[in-house]
Amino acid sequence: MTTPGPTNGPSTRPGPATAAGPGVDSSSLLSLRGISKHFGAVEALKHVDLDVPAGQVTALIGDNGAGKSTLIKAIAGIYEPSGGEIFWEGRKVSIHTPRAAEELGIATVYQDLALCDNLDIVENMFLGHEKTRTGVLDEIAMELRTKEVLADLSVSTVSSVRQLVGSLSGGQRQAIAVARAVMHESKLVIMDEPTAALGVSQTAQVLDLIKRLAARGIAVIVISHNLTDVFAVADRIAVMYLGNLVSSGPVANYDPASAVDLITTGESSRTAA
Amino acid sequence: MSDAGSTPAATSDGRTSAMGQFRRLRQGDLGLVPVLIGLLVLVIYFQVRNTVFLSAGNLTNLFIQATIFILLAMAETWLLLLGEIDLSVGYVSALGATFAVILLDQQFHWPWYAAILVAIATTTAIGTLQGFLIIKLRLPSFIVTLAGLLGWEGVLIFSIDRQGTGGTIPVQEKVLYDLVNANLSPLATWIFLMASIAIFCWIIIRHDQSRRSSGLDSVATWITWAKVAALIASGIVLVLIFNTNRGSFTVLHGMPYAIPVDIVMLAGASFILTRTKAGRYIYAIGGNAEAARRAGINVDRYRLLAFILTGVTAGVAGLLYASRLGGISDGVDGGNLVLLAVASAVIGGTSLFGGRGKMVNAVIGGLVIATIYNGMALIDMSAATQFIATAIVLVVAVTMDSLARRGSTVTR
Repeated sequence: MTTPGPTNGPSTRPGPATAAGPGVDSSSLLSLRGISKHFGAVEALKHVDLDVPAGQVTALIGDNGAGKSTLIKAIAGIYEPSGGEIFWEGRKVSIHTPRAAEELGIATVYQDLALCDNLDIVENMFLGHEKTRTGVLDEIAMELRTKEVLADLSVSTVSSVRQLVGSLSGGQRQAIAVARAVMHESKLVIMDEPTAALGVSQTAQVLDLIKRLAARGIAVIVISHNLTDVFAVADRIAVMYLGNLVSSGPVANYDPASAVDLITTGESSRTAA
Repeated sequence: MSDAGSTPAATSDGRTSAMGQFRRLRQGDLGLVPVLIGLLVLVIYFQVRNTVFLSAGNLTNLFIQATIFILLAMAETWLLLLGEIDLSVGYVSALGATFAVILLDQQFHWPWYAAILVAIATTTAIGTLQGFLIIKLRLPSFIVTLAGLLGWEGVLIFSIDRQGTGGTIPVQEKVLYDLVNANLSPLATWIFLMASIAIFCWIIIRHDQSRRSSGLDSVATWITWAKVAALIASGIVLVLIFNTNRGSFTVLHGMPYAIPVDIVMLAGASFILTRTKAGRYIYAIGGNAEAARRAGINVDRYRLLAFILTGVTAGVAGLLYASRLGGISDGVDGGNLVLLAVASAVIGGTSLFGGRGKMVNAVIGGLVIATIYNGMALIDMSAATQFIATAIVLVVAVTMDSLARRGSTVTR
């Protein structure tokens, strides 16, 4: 297994990224220590340690079945870990339900986006969190806030926020799903394959959006199979292999060849150029 | 009334582009325009064939015929929005009315309000029971309500035949009988319709102004005023129709009480659908139930609510039905009624696939069905032709629904 070279990121820990050190770096927004998850006899996660700093994009890569989805579901409160500890802003927390994750400020954008095509952008943005005034929907307040959030994220491609989501392009839908995730003061946004179904220019738009999230101080975890996208957007990379987190560190420590080695074999003898 | 529907696809400068219009047509967002054109064509055809068609007497009769279709279609709309269906709604509404009529009979002699309450409670309880089975046991609504179609007809026949009045129970109580068969005074007709229109106009204008003052895209001012003018004009036309003397020997004028009942039900249902969380969630569940669940919405609770509201609406429809027939018989064709109710909703523009439609669509669709039945009878067409004509209109409507549905996803 590789030992990342000298690190230069401001919030990376010294020493090998996979060391199961008990010390939790207080500069990390989210720290996982020894997280494991069993499904019966199957060990889907084996003592995973991971640090997710604020304001950076962490790409989570690995082959199918490597445990990426299980890991994010443990963070998002969908699976309860069988063992290990989760630290949020340096404080030990347990995330039992999706609602608990939401309350901490963790938002997840799933691959299928979970948007209602028959509702417009404003209605989707506030679905389940509608603003009301004396029991009646406050459409004006919701529309103003939607415009504000979209402008904040520089999502300028939609012509009207009263457009039905069903009429949007894939990239626009992704942007709406992300905007909804960050609207509720989220500190960590987890995105599962955000560019999987998109064309070239729309992929570029979404990658831009991810960078802008990080620039606003939000921590982002991106699952992706597309190494080009990963190297275009990530500040840090974490590689999973058969339930182990085999390597993590600043993106400068990796190149596509070593990343492929890590994904396919769990180790790499190459070093980044 | 809904924001989603009434706000045109405005470009950022607030104007509606030709491309936007075309896209809205493809998405089925033009709303009522196609069906209103269809209704106009029917009206012109029948008027050309028989000039009695547009007489005040016939139009009032047409509105009364339509009230039953409209209310049953509104009942059905709650479920169609979820992508569900209720095949039993015809017999359920008749059963509620049966209980009311029996309780108003000489034998029991209940006060009218108690009997009406029992009727609505009955249909609501049945709606809740069917909804409970469908939601908790995950049964298909088509099958559960098909069982309801058969079962409640059985209960209906049993209840009526037990009275030993030869299969028909007449309404012998004044309030229930007057619901359809008596009229507001001409002055009250003016006041009620003008007040309704005024409230509606006030809502439209205030909505437009608050959007404008918040700096949001809004339609051009003249469109708002055109809408208001059209509403006032149609209100005045309605008043003039109802207030024209339509009696041959005695003076008969004023609006039948059934019309205000329809208007109040429409206003209430539209308010729930477009202005409350419950309405928003019904649309969301009909569009993408999984997305609604992930957004933290208690999907089962709002699905059950829709079944309950279907029951309430069906109860009111049944009372109007019994009032119009002057009684209730064991030969009620609840099967035909429910099919016409679904047809009304779909012709009006509500999607069978869930997530799209409005209460006002049920009104327009009900008027189309009533126009066909009324007009066909006037020009002496056979029942066979009436059925075939209704079928053609229904197929055209559902084709447009399907095309609109494809249009709304094809741009992805």
